[in-house]
Amino acid sequence: MSARVEVSGAPQPSELVTLRHGAGGRAMRLLIEDTLAAGFVDMPVDGIGLAAMDDGAALRIGDRWLVVTTDSHVVQPIFFPGGDIGRLAVSGTVNDLAMMGATEPLGLTSAIIIEEGFRRADLERIQRSMLETCREAGVPIVTGDTKVMGRGELDGIVLNTTGVAVTSAVVSDAGLKPGDRIILTGSIGDHGIALMAKRHDLALDAELRSDVAPINALVRAALQAGAGAVTAMKDPTRGGVASALHEMAEKARVGIVIHEPRVPVSPVVRSAAEMLGLDPFHIANEGKAIIGVRAAAADAVLAALRAHPLGSEAAIVGECIAEHAGRVVLDTGLGRRLMAEPDGEPLPRIC
Amino acid sequence: MFDTLTAGARELKFRDPEKARGLSRALEHVCREIGREPVSVMHVCGSHEQSIAKYGLRTILPKALNVIMGPGCPVCVTDMPEVDEAVVLAQDGIRIATYGDMLKVPGTSLSLADAQAQGARIDVVYSAAQAVELARDTTEEICFFASGFETTAVATAAVVLSDPPPNFSVLSAHKYIPPVMEIVAEMPGTKVEGFLAAGHAATITGSALFERFVERHKIPVVVAGFEPLDILAGLVKLVELVRDRTPRVENMYPRCVTPEGNRNAQRQLWRVFRTTGGRWRGIAHVPNGNLRLRDEFARVDARRKFTIDLRRLWSHAPSTLTQVCICGDIMAGIASPTHCPLFGKECVPDTPVGACMVSSEGTCKIWHQYGGHPDL
Repeated sequence: MSARVEVSGAPQPSELVTLRHGAGGRAMRLLIEDTLAAGFVDMPVDGIGLAAMDDGAALRIGDRWLVVTTDSHVVQPIFFPGGDIGRLAVSGTVNDLAMMGATEPLGLTSAIIIEEGFRRADLERIQRSMLETCREAGVPIVTGDTKVMGRGELDGIVLNTTGVAVTSAVVSDAGLKPGDRIILTGSIGDHGIALMAKRHDLALDAELRSDVAPINALVRAALQAGAGAVTAMKDPTRGGVASALHEMAEKARVGIVIHEPRVPVSPVVRSAAEMLGLDPFHIANEGKAIIGVRAAAADAVLAALRAHPLGSEAAIVGECIAEHAGRVVLDTGLGRRLMAEPDGEPLPRIC
Repeated sequence: MFDTLTAGARELKFRDPEKARGLSRALEHVCREIGREPVSVMHVCGSHEQSIAKYGLRTILPKALNVIMGPGCPVCVTDMPEVDEAVVLAQDGIRIATYGDMLKVPGTSLSLADAQAQGARIDVVYSAAQAVELARDTTEEICFFASGFETTAVATAAVVLSDPPPNFSVLSAHKYIPPVMEIVAEMPGTKVEGFLAAGHAATITGSALFERFVERHKIPVVVAGFEPLDILAGLVKLVELVRDRTPRVENMYPRCVTPEGNRNAQRQLWRVFRTTGGRWRGIAHVPNGNLRLRDEFARVDARRKFTIDLRRLWSHAPSTLTQVCICGDIMAGIASPTHCPLFGKECVPDTPVGACMVSSEGTCKIWHQYGGHPDL
């Protein structure tokens, strides 16, 4: 091995993984496609595998499907208005299963990595919250793993949950067809804005609450009312509604038109987003779903959603068209434009 | 902190689709009366472009009306050597506090974000006051890399006047808008028949500031706010003045702007800053277009407090891509982003070549996000 002289000590920015790669936008998708999923996407899978880049996997077992999904959770602060990392970890995985049409999860795993010095009282509080959320979702935690790392080797706590469920009908996020209606199950932006307000000490957290909740029962009601007419589902978490809609439009090669005045946004989220220069369509949600449904069944699905306490604000907010394939058009009520796709972590704009 | 009722009422008042359609019809009518096309007007404010793009207003403007975005994004017109100064200070171990938009603005060979990835300390702040707080909390040198037009310059002036700690300094890249309007009006072959002036800057300078400009160039100026109806009503007034050939200043934002402006803020601004000539990126040398600290504030002026040797950044040639970038023509209103061979290809928000792709007020970034003028 010959000695090498480093011409430049500092690696070029393009050689490094940055926070942008974890923000749920285009940069993250490219990192996964180019690096993490490389090779695996070519391996044969009977069902929906990594290549589909869906919320989870669906593996065929006879005439049914085993749905599997996994999610790691890091959140600052750990306790926030409306929830905590434990509620988030259970809800996130239960909801990812539900988005594949599997609304009756069999069980969750829970892997926890804790930083040395973490308060036991906080750990107990997180455990109680997970237990309560599991009861809401009707799912047990069936196995787990615990590690402790040295002080400074991670920031507080990292939680990973994996969920499994069996379903007879899988719903992907790629099934939209022109003419389908787009339903949002409730107001948008609540989770991300509540966290940002808390994180930046914005003194408006009194009214802001995360929407984090398991919505498998709500989704079950929609699927039952839709009787096969639900064509695609996705939960608008990181990257918000804008990211989710772009992904759905691109995968199905349809255009999506969203009517902004019909999109439920709470007044306080709207004001906070405007003040921070943020677009509510880019803000994360943790208890909402975007549901694509055939036009004829849209009203029935909407009624079923609204009858559930977590769907009382559900609305038909748009429709799919054959034109502008892969794009999302926003009708602002004043005019039309393309909906912006978020890139990187939304940062408050200053001027 | 918020009054949601007020926000709701404001929306009803200034975002009403019915009224917007009425104003759109009025615009159509006046443009028809002018009877030729295009009628070209320019706004000089990134916030106007933001609003026009965000609400999709271009889809309801008459085809005959060409609304050009001028050099109204302070981040975009920050010149490369100004970014270089901040990069050099950062490399010398001085903590740079700046607005988030400034991080990715390309310098000659590095942006502040690049310097940060190589180990320099950069703090994103949301106000000049926050930069001073940083300095008060530490013994380290904090240099506030200050950008923006009159509005943000007033905020910088206020902290300079409020006896900042000795470890605080200001690297001013502040710009002053009125002189660049002169440059655009005097450009050979300029198509601009009227200016839409920025309401927030005018709250400070006052609308009367534009009287001399109108007198000299015989081009009307309308001061407008930023809600959709503010902009549409401002445009209606502007094309009426073009139609009637009656160049004058009209204040269509009287709920915030007075003819004389905010005298107290003006006093602070001119007490701290003086104007000097300097390059605006891509545009030209703009006489009196830069705001720099006066001599009496030398102790807070980073340019006098430190020796800034830019030459070490110039051992690498700037990337060849920057020579293809047409940000300057775009800001001068001569070209659109889609005319640029880099737009959406080599130049995207993640890896911007020109500054117009960096700022949320830059034309290229806005077009990249919202699709420019798509037929929707």
